[in-house]
Amino acid sequence: MVCSSILLFLYLVEIHLLSKEFSTVWCRPQPRAWSLSPGIESHIGLPAWSLLLPLPMSLPFSLFLLPKEDQDLSPIRNRPILQHTYLSCFSHYSARKLATDIISTVEFNHSGELLATGDKGGRVVIFQQEQENKIQSHSRGEYNVYSTFQSHEPEFDYLKSLEIEEKINKIRWLPQKNAAQFLLSTNDKTIKLWKISERDKRPEGYNLKEEDGRYRDPTTVTTLRVPVFRPMDLMVEASPRRIFANAHTYHINSISINSDYETYLSADDLRINLWHLEITDRSFNIVDIKPANMEELTEVITAAEFHPNSCNTFVYSSSKGTIRLCDMRASALCDRHSKLFEEPEDPSNRSFFSEIISSISDVKFSHSGRYMMTRDYLSVKIWDLNMENRPVETYQVHEYLRSKLCSLYENDCIFDKFECCWNGSDSVVMTGSYNNFFRMFDRNTKRDITLEASRENNKPRTVLKPRKVCASGKRKKDEISVDSLDFNKKILHTAWHPKENIIAVATTNNLYIFQDKVN
Amino acid sequence: MHGLMDPLHPPHLYVLFHKYAYHAQQFEGTMFARGLKRKSAEDGEDVEGGLAGTQATPSYSLQRQSLLDMSLVKLQLCHMLVEPNLCRSVLIANTVRQIQEEMTQDGTWRVVAPQAAGRAPLDRLVSTEILCRSVREQEGEHPAPDGGGRMPGLVPGLSAVPSAQALRSPQSSLWEVDSSRENRGGFQKSLDQIFETLESKTPGSVEELFSDVDSSYYDLDAVLTGMVGSTQPGHGSGLQAFTSAATPPPGSSCRSDLGELDHAVEILVET
Repeated sequence: MVCSSILLFLYLVEIHLLSKEFSTVWCRPQPRAWSLSPGIESHIGLPAWSLLLPLPMSLPFSLFLLPKEDQDLSPIRNRPILQHTYLSCFSHYSARKLATDIISTVEFNHSGELLATGDKGGRVVIFQQEQENKIQSHSRGEYNVYSTFQSHEPEFDYLKSLEIEEKINKIRWLPQKNAAQFLLSTNDKTIKLWKISERDKRPEGYNLKEEDGRYRDPTTVTTLRVPVFRPMDLMVEASPRRIFANAHTYHINSISINSDYETYLSADDLRINLWHLEITDRSFNIVDIKPANMEELTEVITAAEFHPNSCNTFVYSSSKGTIRLCDMRASALCDRHSKLFEEPEDPSNRSFFSEIISSISDVKFSHSGRYMMTRDYLSVKIWDLNMENRPVETYQVHEYLRSKLCSLYENDCIFDKFECCWNGSDSVVMTGSYNNFFRMFDRNTKRDITLEASRENNKPRTVLKPRKVCASGKRKKDEISVDSLDFNKKILHTAWHPKENIIAVATTNNLYIFQDKVN
Repeated sequence: MHGLMDPLHPPHLYVLFHKYAYHAQQFEGTMFARGLKRKSAEDGEDVEGGLAGTQATPSYSLQRQSLLDMSLVKLQLCHMLVEPNLCRSVLIANTVRQIQEEMTQDGTWRVVAPQAAGRAPLDRLVSTEILCRSVREQEGEHPAPDGGGRMPGLVPGLSAVPSAQALRSPQSSLWEVDSSRENRGGFQKSLDQIFETLESKTPGSVEELFSDVDSSYYDLDAVLTGMVGSTQPGHGSGLQAFTSAATPPPGSSCRSDLGELDHAVEILVET
C-alpha cells in the first residue's frame, strides 16, 4: 500500500513536470481558434495541468487507491452512469455566456470532438474538445471555442411583407469524410451547408508578390524561387458550400441527414422535402399534410427524422401526439404511413389541454435504430418500432405541472418545445425542464435524477447536487416548491456526446458542459 | 368542421380582451379556486336566465368560458404578430373547437332554430349575453331600455362600434353552427356595413351608407322593425339629418334608429 502511494506520488511529480513543459501549448488563456469574433468570453475551464493536484484532493486518482473488488474498471462509456456511486456525480465543466443571443440548438458531431451551437442571432459557434494527453483514460479534454460564423442573416419576404427570422432552428453534422467538417444549419426558410476547414500553413516566397501582398515590378526580379508552405497560426474558416432555399412555405422545424450521407430531409409545419446534398435547385416533396381548405387544418408536423440505419425509413411527429413511420420505397409521396404510433388517451387525465400537452416536440431515434423517443409536454416516451399501439417506456418529466396547465396555457409556457436526447449506449435519456433543471432517466435501473444548470455551481469540478421539486404539501429541506419555479429559465436544448459521458446543456443564453465524475 | 377557427384569420375581439383580463385575475394561485364564489353569487340570477338548459355547474361553465375567451384572445394576438406560429395557432384553435363542441352538446351554445322573422335573431343576440355577461356584471348594472340614454352595459371607454364588432364575432361563431348559415352571414354583413359606415363616415355621406346595402339589408330592416315598435319617439329627431339626402327606403321608421348609433347598438344588445 505504501509502495503504491509512493509510486503514485512519483508518477504525479513526473506528470507535473512534463505538463509544465507543455504549458505553453495546453494552457493558453486565449481560445485556440484564430477566427474568433470579439465579445465572446472564452470558457472558464482549468488549464490541463491543474488536474493533477497533490493527494488527497485529486479525485481522479482515488480510483487507484480503493480496493479493486469494489471498483468497476470497465471502460467508462459502458458503465451505467446512474449507478449508485454516480448518481450525484456530474461536475460543472465549463460555461460560456452569450451577451445577447439565446441559444436555439446544440449538437455534437459524430465523433464528439466538435460541439456546435446556434443562436437566435443567426450565429453558429463551434467548440472543439482539446486533445488531451491520453495517459489516464478518464481525463477528458475541455471544450474551447473553435470557430464562429454568421450562418443566416435576417431577411425580408417582400411578397408577404414578413420578416424571416435568422434564428438557427437546427444544426446537423455530416460524418467526416476528409480533413474538413461539414454541417447543415437552417433557419425558418433556408438550409445551408457549411464547410469548416483549418488552415495552419501558408505559402511564402512568391516571386511576383511581396509578403504583404503588393505586387512587384517584374523587371526587378533577378532570381526565381519556389514558394514554400510555412506554418502559421491556426485559422478556422467556415464557408457556405450550398444554399437550399425557397422550398418551404412554412417554418422549417427539422432537418435530418440520411444514412446514405447523400440526401437529407427538411420538414416544416405541413410538408417534408427530400434533398440531395449536391443539388440545391430541386427538392422532392415526400409528405404533404396541407388540407385543401386551410380552415380545416387541425394537425401540423412538429419533427421529423431519418432512421439511423435504413435509408428508406423516416418518421414524423404531429401536434396531435402521433408518430408516423414512412417508407420511401412505397411511393413517391409518403402520405400514407407504414406505421402509426399513437397511445390511446388516458380518460382519467382528460382536460381541455389534453391535446396541447400531447403534442410532440421532439422525436429521436436511438443509436441502435430499434427504438425511438418522443417528448411531449409532460413526459418522455420510448417506443419500440415494432409496436405501434403504445410506448414501451414512459417517464414523467415534471408531472407536478399537470395541475398548473391552465396557468401555463395563459403564459404560453405550455407551447414550449423541449428536446430530448439519448446517450451513446442508448441506456440513458435526457431532457430539459423549467428552473434550469434537466432530467436524466436510466432505462436499465429505472432511476432518474434532476440536476440544475446554473452559475452558482461555477467552480469547475464541482459535483452537481441532485434537485427535487416538491409537488404538494410539506416541503422538505432542499426541495423546491412548484410555485417558486422560474418558468422563464427553461432548458429546451440538450445534447449528449456520442461516445463519452459528456453532456451539453443550454439554458437561455448559457451553455454548460458537464462530464460525469470519475470515482 | 366549424369554419370559425381559421387559425390564420381570427376575428377581432376588443371586448373579449378586456373580459379576459378580468378573468385572468381569477387564475392566481390554484386554478379557478379563488374568486369563484363571488362570481357565482353574482351570476345567480343570470345563470338561470341565460343558461337555461345547461347541466354543468356554473363554475365549470365559467372555467370553460374563461378558457374560451383566453383562447380567442390568444388567436387574436397571434394574428397581430408578424408571422404567426402555425403550430401554436392550430393548437389553440383546436382547443376552442373542443370547447365549442362541448358547449353545443350542453346546449349552452344556443344552436339556432330556422329563422322566424324578427324573433330568432334576437334570440341569437340574447345568447351573446352570456359572453358579455361578466363584463356587464362588472359595471354593476343592467342595460335598461330608456330613451336617449347612453348605451350602458358594455364596457365604458370602448366605443360602441368595437363592441359591436366584438358581438359580431360571437354571433358569427354561433352562425357557423347554424345550418342556414348564409342567411346569418347576410345579417351579419349588413350589420357590419352599417356600423362600419356609421363609424367612419359623416352623416352627410349617408348616400353611400344606403347604396352599399344590398337586399340583405331587409333582414336588418325586419329586425329593427320588430324593435322599433317599442322605441321612443325621441329618435325621430335623428331622422331629420338623413331624410333630405336619402331616397326614401322601405321601412322608414327603422332609418330613424340608424341615425343614432348608440341607440341601434343598445337596442340590439338589450332584451
